[in-house]
Amino acid sequence: MKPFTYQRVQTPAEAAAAVARNPGARFIAGGTNLLDLMKLQIEAPTHLVDVNPLKLASIEPSADGGLRIGALVRNTDLAADDRVRRDYAVLSRALLSGASGQLRNKATTAGNLLQRTRCAYFYDTDQPCNKRQPGSGCSAIGGVTRQHAVIGGSTACIATHPSDMAVAMRLLDASVETVRADGAARVIPIADFHRLPGNTPHIETVLEPGELITAVTLPRPAGGTHVYRKVRDRASYAFALVSVAAIVQRDGSGRVALGGVAHKPWRVEAAEAAMPQGAKAVTARLLAGATPTEHNAFKLPLVERTLAAVLAQARS
Amino acid sequence: METSDPLTISRRNLLIAGAASGAVAAVPSTSEAAAVKAPSSASIPVARVSLEVNGQTHALELDTRTTLLDALRETLHLTGTKKGCDHGQCGACTVIADGRRINSCLSLAVMHEGSRITTVEGLGTPQRMHPMQAAFVRHDGYQCGYCTPGQICSAVAVLDEISRGIPSHVTADLTARPLLSPDELRERMSGNICRCGAYSNIADAITEVAGGRP
Repeated sequence: MKPFTYQRVQTPAEAAAAVARNPGARFIAGGTNLLDLMKLQIEAPTHLVDVNPLKLASIEPSADGGLRIGALVRNTDLAADDRVRRDYAVLSRALLSGASGQLRNKATTAGNLLQRTRCAYFYDTDQPCNKRQPGSGCSAIGGVTRQHAVIGGSTACIATHPSDMAVAMRLLDASVETVRADGAARVIPIADFHRLPGNTPHIETVLEPGELITAVTLPRPAGGTHVYRKVRDRASYAFALVSVAAIVQRDGSGRVALGGVAHKPWRVEAAEAAMPQGAKAVTARLLAGATPTEHNAFKLPLVERTLAAVLAQARS
Repeated sequence: METSDPLTISRRNLLIAGAASGAVAAVPSTSEAAAVKAPSSASIPVARVSLEVNGQTHALELDTRTTLLDALRETLHLTGTKKGCDHGQCGACTVIADGRRINSCLSLAVMHEGSRITTVEGLGTPQRMHPMQAAFVRHDGYQCGYCTPGQICSAVAVLDEISRGIPSHVTADLTARPLLSPDELRERMSGNICRCGAYSNIADAITEVAGGRP
């Protein structure tokens, strides 16, 4: 790791200001992703702002009948919350399918949204990577791409977003609450939060420098049957090849979001009109315009079959 | 696994003897080692942190980069906790911090101000082993032993998580209390890798402590 100075902060505004005024500064909460990347010098902050003392670790009912999840709520606690298990089961299921018990005990709600890709070329500092070193090129394109995006990629980057939790948040129409360095708060719909890579794959979200996530809010419960199905190379403790999050209502209508296929959680609301027609019709609309490689073309039928299994499970 | 029999020498004692003789051989370069050990504080940022480890409070001044794992091993000389991958993938570094198991390699020591840390040394001693340690011995829950301290800390925390009703990926009904089944134990222990493959004996040891019959 490169040397860095370290600071604990007491208020969100103080945290945002501390990072905004120092271009080398980063927030640290759980640290499970950032420290891993710092050891590899993929991330090399010169100053860390420890946000753990902030009072952002509770889950409260919101005024509109939903839930307000503090940015520092640990993944274990969010998955185990009785209200989440009852009303937002797809979120519990997504969280529990990710990482290990040790990591979920540390990883936070905000940090999970901000996870960086697990693309092997991003991790290999001997290879060009536009995400790690803007303008250096993409080693994945033309490389081994079994894990990579099949839709939404660009000529600069075909990495996927690794989070399971974010897929459920996208399905649930969550909102991200932030505070900026000047103390102003804003609310970002999750659909607008993550960016596609385009020509700037190193810019992964719409957050401004120093902007701090303070909470993620969920609208009132959507009802229906919640399913999260993750397909991966091991039965536990592995990233998704493909994951399907779905809420299915009794009349066959519903919504669906995918993980493991794009640079962000993938949801196409217009595709959901086809839910009563079944997995094939939905997948055709969800993945219209997909550009898989020869290594990851299997993800297209895998999405369809996984969605078929999810719909069957929801009906049973 | 320490032994008081003077005629047998354990692998651990042999390694300790080897390290000591290595230290003697390294005497001429002591000044170089000291220079590495105490970098100038002008160039390397340091921070103070107070930790309670196995019931004992320690006030430390550390290079900010020091992980909790390195503070335990290199500063406090509690070498029971092991460094495997150093990237949160293997679980060898698992300790219990404020009642929760974590990967100590992916946490900065300075972020643990006031934390209560329990390492494998704090669970029990060779003379008075924790029930989980005793069960691992009884069931031969290891081969090389390197992952064992992490397995044991993780296992103790797993039983606590189940008793607190925390669900897992394989919990069938999210609204019910999780059961203590072999599937549950295996899923919950998936963050602890054993390259010798002692998994079935590890699962038996945990099951026995949990009150089941392996």
